[in-house]
Amino acid sequence: MLLSGLIAGLRQNGDFMFDIAVIGAGVIGGAVAREMTKYNQRVVILEGQSDVAMGATKANSAIVHAGFDAKPGTLKAALNVRGSELMEEYTYELGVKYNRCGSLVVGFNDDDRETLRALYRRGQENGVRELYLLEGREDVLAVEPCVADGVCCALLAKTGAITCPYELCMAAVGCAIDNGAILKLNFEVNKIEKTTEGYIISSSDGKCVESRWIINCAGVYSDRIASLVGDESFEITARRGEYVLLDRSEGGTVSHTVFRCPSPMGKGVLVTPTVDGNLLIGPSAENIPDKDDISTTREGIAHVKALAGEQVSSIDFSKTITSFAGLRASGSTGDFIINIAKEGFINCAGIESPGLSAAPAIAEYVAELLRGAGVALIPREGFSGRRRPMHYFRELPDEQKNEIIKKFPEYAHIICRCELISEGEILEAIRTNPRPSDIDGIKRRTRSGMGRCQGGFCAPSVAEILARELKVDFCEITKRGGGSQINLAKTKGEK
Amino acid sequence: MAEIKTYKYDLVVVGGGPAGMACAVSAYESGLRSILILERESELGGILRQCIHNGFGLHRFGEELTGPEYAYRYARQVREYGIKHMLNTTVTKIDADKTVTAQNSDEGIFRVEARAVALAMGCRERPLGALGIFGSRPAGVYTAGAAQRYVNMMGYLPGREVVILGSGDIGLIMARRMTLEGARVKAVLEIMPHSSGLARNIEQCLNDFDIPLMTSHTVVEIHGRHRVEGVTVARVDERRAPIANTMEYIPCDTLLLSCGLIPENELTAGLGIALDRRTGGVTVDENRQTEIEGVYSFGNALHVHDLVDYVSEEAAIAGKAAAEYVMGGSMKRAVVSVSTYGGVRYTVPQRISKVCETVLFFRVDAAYEDKRLVVRQGGEVLVSRKYAKLLPGEMQSVKIPADKLSLDAGELSVGLE
Repeated sequence: MLLSGLIAGLRQNGDFMFDIAVIGAGVIGGAVAREMTKYNQRVVILEGQSDVAMGATKANSAIVHAGFDAKPGTLKAALNVRGSELMEEYTYELGVKYNRCGSLVVGFNDDDRETLRALYRRGQENGVRELYLLEGREDVLAVEPCVADGVCCALLAKTGAITCPYELCMAAVGCAIDNGAILKLNFEVNKIEKTTEGYIISSSDGKCVESRWIINCAGVYSDRIASLVGDESFEITARRGEYVLLDRSEGGTVSHTVFRCPSPMGKGVLVTPTVDGNLLIGPSAENIPDKDDISTTREGIAHVKALAGEQVSSIDFSKTITSFAGLRASGSTGDFIINIAKEGFINCAGIESPGLSAAPAIAEYVAELLRGAGVALIPREGFSGRRRPMHYFRELPDEQKNEIIKKFPEYAHIICRCELISEGEILEAIRTNPRPSDIDGIKRRTRSGMGRCQGGFCAPSVAEILARELKVDFCEITKRGGGSQINLAKTKGEK
Repeated sequence: MAEIKTYKYDLVVVGGGPAGMACAVSAYESGLRSILILERESELGGILRQCIHNGFGLHRFGEELTGPEYAYRYARQVREYGIKHMLNTTVTKIDADKTVTAQNSDEGIFRVEARAVALAMGCRERPLGALGIFGSRPAGVYTAGAAQRYVNMMGYLPGREVVILGSGDIGLIMARRMTLEGARVKAVLEIMPHSSGLARNIEQCLNDFDIPLMTSHTVVEIHGRHRVEGVTVARVDERRAPIANTMEYIPCDTLLLSCGLIPENELTAGLGIALDRRTGGVTVDENRQTEIEGVYSFGNALHVHDLVDYVSEEAAIAGKAAAEYVMGGSMKRAVVSVSTYGGVRYTVPQRISKVCETVLFFRVDAAYEDKRLVVRQGGEVLVSRKYAKLLPGEMQSVKIPADKLSLDAGELSVGLE
C-alpha cells in the first residue's frame, strides 16, 4: 500500500498520530511509558506477546543493585546508581514490594580479597553510599551466618535491595494506561516506515500505528527493531540465565542477597530471599542462538545448584518448587545503548543487568534525550502516578475484609488455597489495567498458582472465571496466549 | 466495622471428604452432638467426587462402588444425623488453642472455638517444578488429578496424545480414562523397576488397553513452545539417574504427572505440630491424637493411603477418641514410641498410650521377597509374620495382641528380617 494511502487510512479510522510509541512492554518499556504520560504526550505501547512482562522482566534476579559492579563512566554505572536512588519511591508509588535487604559479595581467598577491594573502590567512584569492606571471617558470619566455611572477606552494600520485577512492569504499564496510554498486545513489529512527521509501525498481522517518536525497549529483539529503521550499529545476543526457586520455608536461609566474588573461574550465582519470602538461586550464563528459547537444562540447573552450595551452606534443594530461565539482552557494545539513533528514534537496547535497577533512571534519561531533541514535555495536570498494591486485600485486617465481603461476597470465596487468593481478587485483576487474558497472566498478578501445588487445584477454577469474564469458550482459555490452550475439546454436554 | 463472628463447637472437622465425614459420623455415634464439618468445595465427598471409577468399598461395604457412591454413603449419613456442615468454606488458620479461622461468602471471615479439632485435609499432588524435569514449560502438563478434574467434573479433554509419568494408581486410572475419552496414551513411565499401583489397576488400565508400561524410565525433558510437542524419556540406573545414551523422543501433546502425593499440612504448621519426615504428616498415637491433646489427624493428611476403606476406618478411630475426649476429659499421654528398621519406612501410629489390641499400619521402602516382619519390645518378640512379597505401594498392617503389649517395657521396634 502506498504510504500516503496508509496514513490516510489510519487518520480515517480514528487512529490519530501518537507522540510516543514504546516498543516492548517490559519493565523498561513500562517505566518509559509511564514517564511519558506525566507529560502532554499521547503514548502507545506495542507489545509482541500476549501480555506485558513476558521477556526477561519475568525471569531475572529481581535485584536492585547498589551499583558497585558496573564500570565507572558507563551508562550502566550512572543509571544503576541513579535508579537505585529512585527505586524506593518508584516501587512505593506503584504499590510494589521493595526490601532493602542489602547485598553481600563473599570472598574465599586472597585473590578474592583484592577483587573485593577493587569493587569497593569502583563503588566509591560510582557514588555508591553505605559500602563496607568486611575483612574477617567472623565479621562476615556475624552478618550472614550461613555463608560457606572458608569465607574470609566480603563487601557489604547496604543499599542493595530486592523487588518484584514483573509486578513493577505491570504496575507501570497499568499506570500509563490509567493515564491515557494505549496498550496493543500481540503487536509484533515487523516494519517501520519513515514519514514526514514520524513513523508508521506495522505488525506482522497487518495492523499499523503512526507515531512521531519511537522508543525501542524491545529487549532481546531490540537489534531487530533498530535495523528496521536502518540502525545496524549493535547486536543483541540472548544470554540465558537459569534459576531455581525454593519454598518459602527456605526464605530465611539468608537475609541479604549473597553474591560470590567474581574470579577468573567465572561469576558465581546469587542466593537471595525474594520479596514474597521464597529463596531464589541463580543465574547461570550461556549465550544461545534462539531468542525464543527459554527452556531450562539439566546442566544449567545442576551448575547453578553446585555454585550456590559453594557460597551458602545448608540450602535444602528438596524444597525446590520450580526452575525457570530468562534471556538477558546482551548488547555488543558492553554498555546500555540509549541514544537517538535516527531522527525520532530512541534506543533503549542492551538492557541487561543492572537493567531492572536502572529502570526509573532510564525513563528519566529518555525524557532528557527528548527534551534535548526539542520535544516540549509539558507536565500534564491530572497525572496520577500511584497504584494500589496488587495484594492490598490480603494485608487488610479481618474486620476490613469482612466489610468488603459484605458488599462483594466473592472476596470470601478462596480459589487458590496455597496462597489464599479469593475470587474477588482474581476478578479485580481481570478488570485492572493491564488486563490479563490467560492463566499465567492471572498467576503473575495475583500469585494464584505460585504456591506449593503450583496451580494443580486452582487452575481449572481460574480458567472458568477467565472464560466467564472474557466471555469466551472454556476451550479458548490458554496458559499464556498463542497456541497454549489448556483443554482441547469438550467431551460432554452440548457442543 | 464488620465484626468477626465466633462460634463454639465441641468438634471441628477440617475437611468433608471420606476422612472427615467418617470421623464426624463416628463421633456422633459415640454420643457427640456439637460437631461442625468445614469443607472448601461445593459438596461433601472430597477427592472421591472426581474418582468415577469403581473399586471403592470392597472392605468397608463388601461392594465395589465408585468414588461418588462411596462418598454418598457417608454424606447421606451426615445429613441423616443432622451433623452441621458448611460448604464452600475454606479454613485459613488453626491456632494452638484450637481456634479455627475460616471463611465463606455467607459468613465472611469467622472463627470457631473448638474443644477438639480433626485434621482431615487430605493430600496434594507433587507438581512439575519439584521433579527436576527440564526444558520448556508449555501448556499440556498436568498432574493426573488436575486432568481427572477436567475430564470427570468439567467434561473437557485436556489432550489427545498422552504420555504419563508415574504408574501410581492415579496415573493408571487416568491412562484408562483418557483412552476412554478418545485420547491415545502412548506410554506410562515408571522410574522404579516396578509399578507402585495396585495389581488390578495394571491389568484393567494398561494391559486391557495395550498401553505400554516402561519401568525404570523417566521423563528428562519437555519440548514445545506453547503446547507440549513431545517429551524426551530415558532409562534410569539403580540410583534413578537418567542414562545418557538411552534417550528417546516421544511426540505427544500432553504429559500427565502421577509422581507422588504429599499430605496437606499447611494448617498444621499454625498449630505448631512437627511433621514426621517419613510420612509428611504429623505423629500420632493409636487414637490418632497428635502431640496436642484434642487434636487428631487421620486419612491422607496423616499418611498417604491406598484404599479409602482404611481411611474411613482410621477416621472412625479418631472420631470415637475425639468424642471420648470431649465427654470424658483428658486423654492419656503416649508413653511407648515405635521405631522402625530394616526396610520398614514408617508406622502409623508412631506411639502407643494404652494397653489394648493395637493395629500398626506400615509401608516398606523397597520391594522385598520372603521377609519376616518382627515387632519387638524390650528384647521380646511380640509378633513375627512371614511375607512372600512386600511393595512400597501397598500399605500393610500388623495386629499386636493386648496381652503382648506393655507400657513399661520401652520402645517398640518394627522391622524386616
